[in-house]
Amino acid sequence: MSTPIRRVAIACMILFAALLVNANWVQVGQVNRLKEEPTNARQITERLERQRGGIIAGDEELAISVPVDDEYKYQRKYPAGQLYANVTGYYTLFTAAGLERSEDVFLSGDDDRLLASRVTDLFTGEERRGGTVVTTIVPRVQQVATEALAGRKGAVVALDPSTGAILAMVTSPTYDPNTLASHDESAATDAYQGLSTDKNQPLLNRPAQQTYPPGSTFKLITAAAALSSGRYEPDTRVPAPDELTLPQSTTVLPNFDGETCGDGETDTLIHALTISCNTAFGELGIELGDDAVRAQAEAFGFNSTIEDFPLQQARSIFPNDLDGAQTAQSAIGQFNVQATPLQMAEVAAAIGNGGVRMKPYLVSELRGPDTKRISRTEPTVLSKPITPEVAAKLTTMMESVVTSGTGRKAQISGVNVAGKTGTAEHGDGEDPHAWFVGFAPASAPEVAVAVIVEDGGGELGTGGAVAAPVAQKVMQAALDTQR
Amino acid sequence: MTLPPLRRPRSADLTATFAGFPLPSGLELPPYRRRELFLLGYAGILATAALAALTLARDGTIGFQVFTYGLGFFSLWALAHLAVRRFAPAADPVLLPVVAALNGIGLVMIYRLDLAKADAARRAGREVPTGAAQTQLVWTLLAVVVFILVLAVVRDHRSLARYAYTAGLVGLVFLVLPIAPGIGATINGARLWLQVGPFSFQPSEVSKIILMIFFAAYLVNKRDVLSVASRSFLGMKIPRARDLGPVLVAWAASLGVLVVQKDLGSSLLFFGMFLVILYVATQQASWVAIGLALFMLGAVVAHSLFGHVQIRVDGWLHAFDGENPSNTSYQLVQGLYGFAAGGITGTGIGQGSPQRVPFANTDFIMASLGEELGLTGVMAILLLYALVAARGIRAALGAKDPFGKLLATGLSATLALQVFVQVGGVMRLIPLTGLTLPFVSYGGSSIVANAAIIALLLRISDAARRLEEPVPDAPLFDPSAVSESPTQVVKTT
Repeated sequence: MSTPIRRVAIACMILFAALLVNANWVQVGQVNRLKEEPTNARQITERLERQRGGIIAGDEELAISVPVDDEYKYQRKYPAGQLYANVTGYYTLFTAAGLERSEDVFLSGDDDRLLASRVTDLFTGEERRGGTVVTTIVPRVQQVATEALAGRKGAVVALDPSTGAILAMVTSPTYDPNTLASHDESAATDAYQGLSTDKNQPLLNRPAQQTYPPGSTFKLITAAAALSSGRYEPDTRVPAPDELTLPQSTTVLPNFDGETCGDGETDTLIHALTISCNTAFGELGIELGDDAVRAQAEAFGFNSTIEDFPLQQARSIFPNDLDGAQTAQSAIGQFNVQATPLQMAEVAAAIGNGGVRMKPYLVSELRGPDTKRISRTEPTVLSKPITPEVAAKLTTMMESVVTSGTGRKAQISGVNVAGKTGTAEHGDGEDPHAWFVGFAPASAPEVAVAVIVEDGGGELGTGGAVAAPVAQKVMQAALDTQR
Repeated sequence: MTLPPLRRPRSADLTATFAGFPLPSGLELPPYRRRELFLLGYAGILATAALAALTLARDGTIGFQVFTYGLGFFSLWALAHLAVRRFAPAADPVLLPVVAALNGIGLVMIYRLDLAKADAARRAGREVPTGAAQTQLVWTLLAVVVFILVLAVVRDHRSLARYAYTAGLVGLVFLVLPIAPGIGATINGARLWLQVGPFSFQPSEVSKIILMIFFAAYLVNKRDVLSVASRSFLGMKIPRARDLGPVLVAWAASLGVLVVQKDLGSSLLFFGMFLVILYVATQQASWVAIGLALFMLGAVVAHSLFGHVQIRVDGWLHAFDGENPSNTSYQLVQGLYGFAAGGITGTGIGQGSPQRVPFANTDFIMASLGEELGLTGVMAILLLYALVAARGIRAALGAKDPFGKLLATGLSATLALQVFVQVGGVMRLIPLTGLTLPFVSYGGSSIVANAAIIALLLRISDAARRLEEPVPDAPLFDPSAVSESPTQVVKTT
């Protein structure tokens, strides 16, 4: 019987060998992958016990760690409550979001760029501390944008067109990250459960994470494609019937409120944009073809996301394989066209910036625990969707929208404002979304904005009536602080 | 000329002193028991050091009571050692200390998790739960008692073979017991426990041993028939169905019961256990082939039939995909995070947070140990188990009767398989099944049953290491005989 017993012994030893190899695989080979799993709360706990760096905007502290007398030495606090929640995100006992998540390694002090200060800490016996993240947010603009939305569901993005720096990023409704950062596990869990199941989605960062039909604001892109084709000038007359029967269908594309554009037959491109003529841009889309419009949209950033953006983003969509009817609808930002408010702010910013689209960024600087600057974000060019000439023509057209068209409520005294309104249908029986995108001053813009008020287009509601006043206040605030 | 005193007689004297009993025959032995006591001291030091490390991490100082506990622990296992001196003096000296070491590590970790639970309860303002460590200590005491009883009652393991059919029946009854209304209890979705007051008991742990005895005894009887009277089929020898009837019936019954009780781990264990015994008894590899084929078939059928099997397999294959790790693989992944937090050297006892893993002191105790003792600790613990299995199989090789060989092989291989299924499950080598880590996990039935297994292995080992023929009575120490003859007078086997 000895031979089979020996074989059983060998089999047993093979089992143990497999366990030993596997243990090495888990505890050495896989160790970093497991530690970096987003659901691994251990890392968070370990880092909770250190003084985490702050997140600041200007002079304002958006997130700080204060010493407390409990098992995790430091409590994360968000002094402004809800105001910056979508920017900072939260840092809880279990998980993290927003900048707290994307900049976690730096904030927690594990970043290699903090090595020098870690080495000195080693000698001075100080605990490891995290670095400070400086955001591009301008507190005043963020504040004004929040107040201007006045609790309505929606989003505001304000960019510096020449750099891409994000001056304000507001989502509404939002939440108070302090409730999630509580060290009382059950209170924090309850708060998270409540927020994540809330049908108004307070945890959603609408400016970057939510796409909407862009509606008439998309006409900027259709117009850009037309001007770029060389076949159109702002004063070129284009067909603009009262109703457009879409090709290969019986569907009729009407103008807003049954209005007449131009003489009821044709209209100039600039006037069609000024009064937001649907039929003119529907025809224009068909004329240009879906490929040309798509190419223009993609040059502005559709169908892609921004690399290394610190917050979660949704992809703005211009669909493929459109027939004539779909092209006409897509050309006015309907059908399946989807855009984030950030995307539409980029469109406005690129037009204002002479056709140069800058990469949006939220973190301007990283500072060590000793407040010494460690790195600084240099503005980078993402693409050049239109030529400076086309940009200048579009700007003129957009100025006309604000001076004499649908966007009059965005006017700022003493400043030329360029803009475009949108009233986007989304599903039967629901009020349309009210949009406004634009920039100011028109000649040398310091701020570009995108505003959306969800379901904002009620009885009287249009982008011009509902969203333009919000944009006006935000641009005004930005101009005030920049000066 | 004076000679240094021989060790051997002293060893024998010590045994006699401890036991107060005339020495059994055939006791011209190397100082096995002294080695065992020495190694047991190491186990005691290991457990005391672990406890000291824990209190140091928690309180910053080491109190005197650490040594009191350490001494208490050592004394407990020293009782088992005395029983071995008395009842199995020639038995393997390594098995008991290794088991004591594992038990010590387990006790400290269970206590450490108690402290974490108590802290959490205090912080939340809840009532501090009663510690599992005290209960486990009671079970350990009981395990030592059972260990001593098994050694004392089973003076010759061959006598067990006489109760083959009784054992088969009792084993099955034990398996079915939890299904019986009134005494059965469902814990964590599986109905495997008997509940009496605060103590719950898992009878399948005991029936594992009893059925093993039945199979070993039965197969030893039928061994010749099985390997001779068989038909050849595709180059393999297939035994006649009627010779295997009782084995297959018991096998199928036990598996059926386990499937009904949803205890995957034990099903796997029983399956492997029968396969090993059958192979060793018949010496035919065809059994392994048939067994593996049956296993594959069973696995596929079970997967398609049972939701709980699918959950386990899904959690294993897709631990990080889809809705995981918050869905089917939650526990597994939390355990893996624990292992990762430990890394190579571990956080140190009392300095990690193993309490984050569900079932940290039972099914996932290896993750707790992996976190605080690191890869180093995990490998050391695995090697201790390997040592137990190796020593058990050595006893099987040395045994002079087929029943002893079969039983020792079966018991050792089952232990190895249990560790493999347990640790492999927790470390994501195989799908997670619910088994306890022998001697380490919190749980009474496990430690009591495994103590009985070790007692049986020691019994077989004792028989194996004794001389064939009793040595005729002779003076233990005769200087003139020594001085006139070659020094080697004792034959050691």
